[in-house]
Amino acid sequence: MTTDTLLSVRDLKVHFPVGGGLFGTRQMVKAVDGVSFDVKRGSIFGIVGESGSGKSTTALAVMRLVKITAGTVRLGEAEIGHLKGEALRRERRRFQMVFQDPYASLNPRKRAGDAILDALNLMDVGEPASRPDRARELFLQTGLRPEQLQLFPHQFSGGQRQRIVLARALAARPELVVCDEPVSALDVAIQAQMLNLMMRLQREFGLTYLFISHDLGVVRHLCGEVAVMYLGRIVEQAPREALFERPLHPYTRALWSAAPSFDPDARSRKDRIRLQGDPPSPLKVPQGCRFAGRCPFAQDLCRTKEPALLEVAPGHQIACHRVGDEGQVMYPN
Amino acid sequence: MSAPSTAAANPQASNLASTSAAPVASTPLLSVQGLGVEFRTRRGVARVLDDVGFELRRGQTLGVVGESGCGKSVTALAAMRLISQPPGRITAGRVFFDGRDLLSLPEAEMRRVRGNRISMIFQEPMTSLNPAYTVGDQIAEAVRLHEGLSTADSTARAVQMLEAVGIPAAAQRVHEYPHQFSGGMRQRVMIAMALACKPDVLIADEPTTALDVTVQAQIFDLIAELRESTGTAVMLITHDMGAIAEMADSVVVMYAGRIVETGDVRDILGSPLHPYTRGLIACSPGRRTVAPGELLEEIPGTVPSLLERGAGCLFADRCARVMQKCRQKLPATTALPGRRQVACWLYEGSEA
Repeated sequence: MTTDTLLSVRDLKVHFPVGGGLFGTRQMVKAVDGVSFDVKRGSIFGIVGESGSGKSTTALAVMRLVKITAGTVRLGEAEIGHLKGEALRRERRRFQMVFQDPYASLNPRKRAGDAILDALNLMDVGEPASRPDRARELFLQTGLRPEQLQLFPHQFSGGQRQRIVLARALAARPELVVCDEPVSALDVAIQAQMLNLMMRLQREFGLTYLFISHDLGVVRHLCGEVAVMYLGRIVEQAPREALFERPLHPYTRALWSAAPSFDPDARSRKDRIRLQGDPPSPLKVPQGCRFAGRCPFAQDLCRTKEPALLEVAPGHQIACHRVGDEGQVMYPN
Repeated sequence: MSAPSTAAANPQASNLASTSAAPVASTPLLSVQGLGVEFRTRRGVARVLDDVGFELRRGQTLGVVGESGCGKSVTALAAMRLISQPPGRITAGRVFFDGRDLLSLPEAEMRRVRGNRISMIFQEPMTSLNPAYTVGDQIAEAVRLHEGLSTADSTARAVQMLEAVGIPAAAQRVHEYPHQFSGGMRQRVMIAMALACKPDVLIADEPTTALDVTVQAQIFDLIAELRESTGTAVMLITHDMGAIAEMADSVVVMYAGRIVETGDVRDILGSPLHPYTRGLIACSPGRRTVAPGELLEEIPGTVPSLLERGAGCLFADRCARVMQKCRQKLPATTALPGRRQVACWLYEGSEA
């Protein structure tokens, strides 16, 4: 694994206008509101958060599938955040995406093989005559049988369909694969098969994944580095070991303690932080720390001034007034 | 899996009869015995449930776990007599509740049980709530029907229930419509509706699958609290071993329409016996014992079609420890100490 940066996102903002029709006032949903992170080539970078945290919108912005309001997205040497038309289309072979729902990601009237061939043709990968062979190769690599190239999506199971989607994403030999909840719709046994496949392919081809998930178990297993998002911002980011063994942000701790522990004796643990209510709407981003309204440790400062994301240990960044600049936790443990 | 007098359904069930001798003090509230369900399809008859039996005790949470297509939900629906017939058909078994067999009750009597003594919550609250009625109307309806309360009294009960499930400003929100609630709040409304008549049994079918982990934790806490305060027995259907660890007292593991293992939650998670149970636990990536970045243990393949069942163990094709015998004969259920049962040839002859 090399250590150079493949994906570099700086101060990314994605704001959507809502309302503003005949009635009502136009408002802005600040889905992503100033997000920066770097993903090393050959690594798996995870983004976790609740619904509405902006994790999927971040993925879509990196994929250039939503309009970027501000900020830059660099892929290697190229700035892709503001490319247009044919230039963007040519760069697209370098970054590909796998979505959550394999049922919605495949055209039901198109044979699986044609879905792959379309991608190869569109991206102009290799000689046209070699493309059917490449499709067969991709099927084998993703654990499907070449004779299944002739089948329609409904003839596959959910897990197999997600393999087709993965094969299609890999068709153009991309450098970055953005995965938005790729295993969330799958049954647990099928999920393990898919995760193993993704890890094998990642190692074999030196792929880089930006992996979006709400499932902390999956993220912990897969991702070397993880960012936690809350209401459009990263509130904590660290290498896996640090983030899971020594989370600093009260929100990260709350997320961790909400995740099932697989240990029936841990049920009545008293140190669990239980969050009340749902995340606030990104329409009404609170003043100060965005998490203050649900944080059991919030103080006056938290409600007035937004904390900056600071590096408190090598690679460990956190945005919380109640954590010191060397990572000392100043709220009751 | 623990049933006297199910011999008719399956001769192998008879060796279970002696093992379910529970203390008389805790007679089960709900006892499912030798339940069989078939569905007619264009391609043949699918045997969706085969000799399913378990017991549910007051104040207890029974977790039913397995992949999709293993018959978890059909078990609940069959017990509630909510299988549409045709194409479905209950072919065998009994469901004892309060001393009566629900499967032989007249429909009018059954309606008095459903939603009143036994109620159910489903995975997707938005499709289970009627968008055209306020949540208060929907909660109050059950109370009016089953308890004959007046409109004013039933609305008061609805407010009380919304408060009990932790919805703030319940007196106002009772007049709001489902779309005005978030996903977690809607599931709370569902729970309020299910518990409005103070049921003896709550069947929760994947109640948190569509929710965020933080909201899932709130819903689990809520169900646990309500179980403590009302003594309601809970049947939790899930595919998630993590949810089992959080919630269940005892566990039923289902595979391809049959029960493959039952036992106390600590036994099941701590020392799973059936290769399928082991596989389900091993392939869950959230456990502390899995080294991050290592490949997970896999259960290869998928749940088999129930249309073409061979003679042997239904798990044989995916099993890491398959033996010749497994492909020839369905394994008998072996009863082990600690009210543990496993249906696997590996444990033949190790009876309690």
